[in-house]
Amino acid sequence: MLHVLESDQEMLRDTTARFLDDKVPLSRLRKDRDDPAGFAPEYWTNGAELGWTSLLVSEEDDGGSVSGRGAVDLSLIAYEFGRHAAPGPLVDCNVVAAALAGRSGDAQSTVLAGLLDGSLIAACCLGTAPWQCRGEQTITIARDGDDLVIDGAVRPVEAGAQAAWLLVSGHGGTGPTQALVPVDASGLTIMPLRTLDVTRRYAAVTFDKVRVPARHLVGDFGGAADAIARQVDNAAVILAAESVGAMDAAFAMTLDYAFDRYTFGRALASYQALKHRFADLKSWLEASHAIADAAAEAVADSSPLASETASAARAYIGQYGTELVQDCVQLHGGIGVTYEHDLHFFLRRVALDAVLHGTVTDHRRLLAAARIGQEKAA
Amino acid sequence: MSGGIESVDDFRLRARAWIKANLGPIQPFDASQNCENDEIEREAVARDRALQRQIWDGGFAGICFPPEYGGLGLTPAHQRAFNEELAGHEFPSRFTVPTFSPCAAVLLEFGTPEQKAAHIPAILKGDEFWVQMLSEPGGGSDVAGATTSAVRDGDDWIINGSKVWTSRAWWADWGLCLARTNWDVPKHQGLTVFALPLHQPGIEIHRIERLSGETEACQEFFTDVRVPDSDRLGPVDGGWTVGSRWMYFERIGHNSPYVTRPVGLTNPEAEGPSAISIARRAGRLDDPVARDLIGEDRTLEIATHALQNRIAQAAASGRGNVDGSAVDRLFRGIARVRRATIEYEIAGPQAAAWTEEEDHASGSTGMRYLMRQVSCIGGGTTEIARNVIAERVLGMPRELSGDKGVPFRDVPRGPKRA
Repeated sequence: MLHVLESDQEMLRDTTARFLDDKVPLSRLRKDRDDPAGFAPEYWTNGAELGWTSLLVSEEDDGGSVSGRGAVDLSLIAYEFGRHAAPGPLVDCNVVAAALAGRSGDAQSTVLAGLLDGSLIAACCLGTAPWQCRGEQTITIARDGDDLVIDGAVRPVEAGAQAAWLLVSGHGGTGPTQALVPVDASGLTIMPLRTLDVTRRYAAVTFDKVRVPARHLVGDFGGAADAIARQVDNAAVILAAESVGAMDAAFAMTLDYAFDRYTFGRALASYQALKHRFADLKSWLEASHAIADAAAEAVADSSPLASETASAARAYIGQYGTELVQDCVQLHGGIGVTYEHDLHFFLRRVALDAVLHGTVTDHRRLLAAARIGQEKAA
Repeated sequence: MSGGIESVDDFRLRARAWIKANLGPIQPFDASQNCENDEIEREAVARDRALQRQIWDGGFAGICFPPEYGGLGLTPAHQRAFNEELAGHEFPSRFTVPTFSPCAAVLLEFGTPEQKAAHIPAILKGDEFWVQMLSEPGGGSDVAGATTSAVRDGDDWIINGSKVWTSRAWWADWGLCLARTNWDVPKHQGLTVFALPLHQPGIEIHRIERLSGETEACQEFFTDVRVPDSDRLGPVDGGWTVGSRWMYFERIGHNSPYVTRPVGLTNPEAEGPSAISIARRAGRLDDPVARDLIGEDRTLEIATHALQNRIAQAAASGRGNVDGSAVDRLFRGIARVRRATIEYEIAGPQAAAWTEEEDHASGSTGMRYLMRQVSCIGGGTTEIARNVIAERVLGMPRELSGDKGVPFRDVPRGPKRA
């Protein structure tokens, strides 16, 4: 998280932090382990009132940021989500809201309005992604008169079973295509999955000749490549900041443990072998803060390096965030792998965040392609 | 600005006009101080002296140095403006570090008026190159454990011992030297700093050949070197106070306000060919494994810059711990090591054996790999950075030391022999 915040940003962060402390303490999350949704509906609508889903949407479209840099503001919320291991589809709802902002169409505006007031949830079905090569796409979208016909499958989809609408990205023959699909469409199967996470829910979504009217297109048929890239950048900003929050929480509790836990008559914190490990973790943590903030700022400012910085944040934090929390487990010893201890909430968080909306490898592929593209252009 | 100081904008315009009229484009030996052979290096040194003299004659030397010692008495913002205008132009690179900073900076802070009058104008006119003699063969990280001794003899001091890793001492003029003047007090309390001419009887300068074949670093051997007390810098046994500021200026390096250096200068030799160009040369641009490594390399590059900015912003806002720079030092060292490894992996066997024509493209990748640990050793090891982070940033207990509160004479300096 940034060292220096504007006072409005600090208030936004602090309000969410206090709300999460109150509504979803870890004791509550333990109890909701088997709850199908993982949170109560009013939790999400109250959160929407705090601005959770409106920061990437401009004021003309009924959203609004606090600083004029929505991605930076949202990264503060995401950081608190990570620090609290909070439930709720923060990534997907924001990504879909930003994708729909400024689009015409009834379905588009209905979904956007529902996302902004928290009354509905929408999920991303990324069946074609910028890092994929030809033949790797898992969803196709075809035109048939005034209809679109969607086939294929995507998994895992966050809050797939809680969503009312899906933003589906698929290969449209001439190029990437996006459309909104209601979850009651015929031919659509949504199957809840088991998951590593105890606070968030995932589903497998299958499309078998699902038909929606062509007016459900988001953007032009075959022309959604840039829009999808922006969505991947937005997801990266949220996921990176969220992971940093989880890393901060895990590191802080491990640092406390190092001072409190004595062995062979000395605190763990007095052993140089462990001090050096903590120093390494601290350097990963600071670098993760730095690159997550750099990504949020670059995306907020639509910098030419926005996508590269966002992917670098995912590639770095995807690797070192998980390593950091795993090392926190190691430094705790046996207690670190118990359900009773709090550490696992953060381990689950970084482990999931590292593989959603592009893995470390996927984002490295994107970075390499960007570099090769820059060389060719030069 | 009050007090009649020229505004930064006016200064910038004047600097721009003078630079355009007097300085040519940047030369290869400005970006890298390493020369192909000694003869070329001597030419480069002579040219840097002349260029510094030209800047002095043009009235732009020593922008942040006090006017009473030949400087302009302006602010870091003026220096910054000059450095920005200097972008793309030739400049006397060999004066930047260590002559202007840390050496001249330490002279300004601790020198007597006579010492400053003797050396600061000479430095600004291009007459004196300085080096720093800090490390010793027996102690790398433990700077305060110096054993080079200085013994009082009338109005003089007699210096014996050896200093090492002194960059380019073989052609420099003067050096700062940290020596032990009192063995009966704990180590930090018995040190004194001296200034001495490098080329005089009693000083032997050896070149150290690194495994890459490069020989810029030197080792000096002192045998009964006589230094007048008037060349002592700071109080007797007060050397650690001087040394702490000295090392501060060493850490900030080119960011010191005393350094004139074009902004945005990159060192092609230090950076070497990009991961992409290495992959292209190896015919691996479409190889998914190579692309993964290219992506990892770029990730570390972006993360390094982002962390540097974060730590600078923290320092500027007063929110950061002063020892936060150790986090940057550790990260940079480890990231550079990994990037050198990535480049070697992408290059494959051609970085291990190459033709003369491939020296820059392939040979440098292999050599950077062999020399990769330098980024975790030079300028304070990553192990010391880890101690600093653990103890001063995270507040963990200090390591036990064998020299705390003990007269330096009694500090163990080797294994006990039966």
